[in-house]
Amino acid sequence: METKSTLTKTSDTSKSVRIIGAEAVVKCLLAEGQTLGYGYPGGAIMPVYDELYKYQDQFTHILTRHEQGAIHAAQGHARVTGDVGIVFATSGPGATNLVTGIADAQIDSTPLVCITGQVASHLLGTDAFQETDIVGISTPVTKWNYQITKASEIPGVFAKAFYIAKSGRPGPVLIDITKDAQLEVFDFVYKKCTSIRSYRPVPHYDIHKIKEAANLINNAKKPFVVFGQGVILGQAESEFKAVIEKANIPSASTALGLSAINSTHPLNVGMVGMHGHYAPNKLTNECDVLIAIGMRFDDRVTGDLARYATQAKIIHFDIDPSEIDKNVPTTVAVLGDVKETLAELLPLLNPTSHEAWFDKFKKLRSIENQEVIDPQLNPTKEGLTMGEVLKGINKETKGDAIIVSDVGQHQMFACRYADFKKTRSNITSGGLGTMGFALPAAIGAKLGAPEREVVAIIGDGGYQMTCNELGTILQTKAAVKIVVLNNGYLGMVRQWQELFFDKRYASTEMVSPNFVKLAGAYDIEAIRVSKREDLPKAIEKMIASDHAFFLEVIIEKEDNIFPMIPTGSSVSEVRLK
Amino acid sequence: MEEKQKFTISVYTENNIGLLNRISAIFLKRHINIESLTVSKSEIEDVHRFTIVANMTEKGIKKILGQIEKQIEVIRAFYHTDDEVIFQETAMFKISTEHLYDEKIQNKLKLRRAHMVTINERYFVIETTGTTEDINRLYDRLKPYGLLQFVRSGRIAITKEKMAISELLQEFKD
Ligand SMILES: Cc1ncc(C[n+]2csc(CCOP(=O)(O)OP(=O)(O)O)c2C)c(N)n1
Ligand SMILES: [Mg+2]
Repeated sequence: METKSTLTKTSDTSKSVRIIGAEAVVKCLLAEGQTLGYGYPGGAIMPVYDELYKYQDQFTHILTRHEQGAIHAAQGHARVTGDVGIVFATSGPGATNLVTGIADAQIDSTPLVCITGQVASHLLGTDAFQETDIVGISTPVTKWNYQITKASEIPGVFAKAFYIAKSGRPGPVLIDITKDAQLEVFDFVYKKCTSIRSYRPVPHYDIHKIKEAANLINNAKKPFVVFGQGVILGQAESEFKAVIEKANIPSASTALGLSAINSTHPLNVGMVGMHGHYAPNKLTNECDVLIAIGMRFDDRVTGDLARYATQAKIIHFDIDPSEIDKNVPTTVAVLGDVKETLAELLPLLNPTSHEAWFDKFKKLRSIENQEVIDPQLNPTKEGLTMGEVLKGINKETKGDAIIVSDVGQHQMFACRYADFKKTRSNITSGGLGTMGFALPAAIGAKLGAPEREVVAIIGDGGYQMTCNELGTILQTKAAVKIVVLNNGYLGMVRQWQELFFDKRYASTEMVSPNFVKLAGAYDIEAIRVSKREDLPKAIEKMIASDHAFFLEVIIEKEDNIFPMIPTGSSVSEVRLK
Repeated sequence: MEEKQKFTISVYTENNIGLLNRISAIFLKRHINIESLTVSKSEIEDVHRFTIVANMTEKGIKKILGQIEKQIEVIRAFYHTDDEVIFQETAMFKISTEHLYDEKIQNKLKLRRAHMVTINERYFVIETTGTTEDINRLYDRLKPYGLLQFVRSGRIAITKEKMAISELLQEFKD
């Protein structure tokens, strides 16, 4: 019943052609303006691959080395372009290998259309070879999914899938297509979907709420903005900047909000959260009005909820009604697309200065500089720090690069120390914290934005989860700059063991292969740096290269990432050591 | 801590195979027990209705509702307390025919407005409709006769207030 015209409004009609389902799949992608996808073939999706072969002058298929690599690449692609990422996989293991990436895309609101092959419909439910219930498995981690068993369903379901993936709060959708549906001949016509009667992607905003919000902001003595990826997803960077500049409000980012505004903007007071900056974390519990914009009060941001900004009035701007009051009760909720609601808010704001309030941020920032940041950036001890590597990268890229980080200490160093001048420049697995994300995501980021420098910052642990994707670099020549910060440990877990488990380093020390040789096996130029004096030249050489490049930096083994809000502590209990 | 209470959730949906899975997963993820669930047609053509009963806090139910409404095929979801709905359950009892002429049973059945569905030389089946408590009471009374089988349906409920689904759908058409 999915494609019934009463349920979905459609636009644009073209003439019908008699083709098989598999060809229709490719035609749907082309009709949606898609020209590149990532995947891995197998029996149940071979008809689609056969069509991809025929259409290769119009659609590029990137063969990764694992389906997880394909989906993370599509995520990287989607996050730098703002468009939908396309993924193909076969049934059974091909489909289940996508699950981590789907869950990652769901929690980080990344638009994806995943296409999986399925056994022929007469075999469904028989435990046929490579049959797996991927629709059942992916249900809790997709925005929407559907199993196609008849070719005639293809155009309607694809149109709906694209519309759902990118509208409102974006997310991953999965379309499972039985092999017989791929081979069935039918009359193909494509009509884009522009609405679904049971789905309201963007709630209408209420101007009274915006007035109430403006009123609270105008009367605030100590207003504080926390912004998230919603600003980027809503393409509201300029509206956002105008709002905070007019009302002169100190603004802090979540990890996924980074790069929505220039790192060096005077109102940007850093990052909140477990390893965020000292001032914004501490002052969260001193502000009188907290304005949350396109963020979801993740527990890594809030610390102990019972002691989170309880003194403040909370204004929450979000597109997703289910985020309102989910974790933090709001005083005023402004539902809607932030691009519209912030534009409405702007003229209602009074220009104000909050001198004394800004001084508090400056004071705490100087404490953090002295205790944490300076020793990271200008270390006096022998071992190299992750901070100085980021500093070197900033110097060479001038903050213009897309930084793709993996998960662990190096990720938090990348988020804290990388300079971002352009939006959509911080690509990291925030909500799910998926180790192995960065290398494939960086490949997708580079293919999605070939004109931009893409630097992947990866730990020695996470690198070994997906370094098979070096093969994809070899084959596509994607000029990704790979930096492995090697501390010989699963550093983030080791840090917790040091702090909370009396240094019992259970299975966190990791022996690694010769990474330089490994890169060499894939014809990638590679350098290992273990001395400070060699670092600047190595980074310079890497950034100057027009090709993929691998740089391993040997980092002080037991360095920790600080500040830190230990689990269960309040944001104001943020520790400097 | 806010007190838990019984809520009836009414969800209006498009007909979709996977939706039951999606909705139950929302409860599963939060470790909330669904006490009963009934899926049926609704008063509107092509629109289905889920009636779900769960015991939880009002704060919790609001969050659950947000998650349910977020599902693409869900048109709208509502929640109500027991005071705000008229609700019924149906139960069936299968009892050995040897007890049929027991006078006490006859009285009990009359009292509970239960009625006979079928009867033969081996067993008889009776049906009753009422609240959970009504049915529990009859269950306790009939249990001594040795129930060959017992089954009870989930709650179905009609709200006292209007649920403006038709208006919502009209809005879509405009
Ligand atoms: C797939 C996956 N498995 C396990 C974890 C738990 N985990 C979080 S950080 C981390 C250590 C990462 O080590 P490494 O990649 O060397 O980075 P470092 O912290 O040393 O910078 C681990 C194991 C995870 N986030 N993802
Ligand atoms: Mg490490």
